[in-house]
Amino acid sequence: MGIVAIAQLELVVARRNMWVATSVLMMALFSFVLTLAGGATAGALGVDPLTVAATSITTLSVYLVPLIALLLSFDAIAGEVERGTLALNLAYPLSRGEILLGKFLAHFVVLGFALAAGLALSAMLVIWQHGLADLSFAPLLLLYATALPLGATFLGIGYAVSALMRQPGAAAGVVVIVWLVLVVLYDLGLLGALIADNGGYFTTSIFPHLLLANPADAFRLLNMPEVSVAALASGLNALGPQTDKAGLLISLLGWPVLALFLAWIAFRRVEP
Amino acid sequence: MSALSISNAVKRYGLTEVVRSVSFKIDPGERIALLGHNGAGKTTLIKMILGLTPLSAGSIDVLGHSPGSTGARRSIGFLPESVAFQGTLSGREQLHHFARLKSVSAGQADELLERVGLAEAADRKIRTYSKGMRQRIGLAQAILGKPELVLLDEPTSGLDPVSRHEFYDIVRDLASAGSAVLLSSHALTELETRTDRIAILSKGKLVANDDLTALRKAAAMPIVLRVTTTPDGVEQVAGALSAKRINGQVVELTCLQDEKITTLGRVTSLGDLVRDVEVAPASLEELYRHFSSPDREAL
Repeated sequence: MGIVAIAQLELVVARRNMWVATSVLMMALFSFVLTLAGGATAGALGVDPLTVAATSITTLSVYLVPLIALLLSFDAIAGEVERGTLALNLAYPLSRGEILLGKFLAHFVVLGFALAAGLALSAMLVIWQHGLADLSFAPLLLLYATALPLGATFLGIGYAVSALMRQPGAAAGVVVIVWLVLVVLYDLGLLGALIADNGGYFTTSIFPHLLLANPADAFRLLNMPEVSVAALASGLNALGPQTDKAGLLISLLGWPVLALFLAWIAFRRVEP
Repeated sequence: MSALSISNAVKRYGLTEVVRSVSFKIDPGERIALLGHNGAGKTTLIKMILGLTPLSAGSIDVLGHSPGSTGARRSIGFLPESVAFQGTLSGREQLHHFARLKSVSAGQADELLERVGLAEAADRKIRTYSKGMRQRIGLAQAILGKPELVLLDEPTSGLDPVSRHEFYDIVRDLASAGSAVLLSSHALTELETRTDRIAILSKGKLVANDDLTALRKAAAMPIVLRVTTTPDGVEQVAGALSAKRINGQVVELTCLQDEKITTLGRVTSLGDLVRDVEVAPASLEELYRHFSSPDREAL
């Protein structure tokens, strides 16, 4: 009951604060542009146009989905501490777990809605350009199904940062750094290490696990294994077999649970 | 059973004792004012009652429940010192949300909106509310579902005199319906006639806990008489009463409670020289300063 009430309120607030509109707009705009851009090459290469679109959108989503998730979540606890509503909420018969899950539910719905809007727009564009025949919707569905846990992970990370920082300003700064490190620098670091290692122990034994451990990379590999591996480790075909699907799935599905758990631990330590 | 029973509650942050062995009770239907300067431990004590921060020692009992337990939370209404509700929600939406959390019907929430004078503004965004209106929303949520114990932290800050009056009317109704009310305030004067008992916290210690008359007696604070004279008679009056001259036509003297009538007799015996006399018993402010002064600490 408490969870539903919190989720309902958060959804209304997200709508009124234009978070829903902003998220949908971001996803839709990028999907639209990438689908149009991808559509030009698809014909020439003879590849399924929806697969091309899905590939482009995957590359984008690795950056955009965590960003939207962090934007939705950074204020969740710090904001309530600052406004004084956390003390009030905790005076009600509500557990911290319920508050956290209620917020998560609402933000997850917003994220899912924005993603769906973006992907639906892409699908419609492709159908409009190429017709319905011979289109494979599987990549698009896989993209949606895997982007949701990726987003959920970063929602959890956002809540954890929010609980640890206790001030919305500080939380906002830290989530930007977290985003930069986990989504951008992590891969760059791995790439740098690969080059330095030049096919040694790191490349064969450590690198695949590090790749697997990052939910953003797991998401990317699940959606476009060939492209990622080729791009990240050009010429290093040692990667193929190690990055097995099961491991990727565990990483992708385990992270949201772990992130939310960490957020809950951090939240429990917040004294309003 | 007491609505709230605190015995030897202690709160330490590191080596500093913020709340030092505080004990008091509130019975159903009682209104208690909790006074204390900034940092005296009022808010910490309220947080301890709510279970938001654990006790270092001692115990608190809320209607037979431990602080922070679901049972305790179900019977408590709370208005925090400063709370900012989501500006994008309407007052009605916000209160309906709280009603859901307390398992109270939306109809009751609407009745409360009327009771606190927000019926007309209920469907406007809270963003457009004045400070007083926001405080009313806060009060409305605190008394949702007729809680048996109501904790109000600085409830009247930012309210105009009329709103304050209405506010204390609501508190009175609440108490007469059987709720125990604990309210902390800086606005001392308004509490004088509005509460049954006054508890004063000073540096984390409970230095007084009684009704106002008893506190006055215990403090033995002098009563101030301010006598307005004719412009020519000021010297004479000051001399006759051995009073202190304040300005060209006002003199001031002090006396104890039991000397009040005789002193007034001396003033009136001066006849036409006296134009007016004002009697000011020790105000709550003075009492408060008396009870929380550092030299009492040593006693």
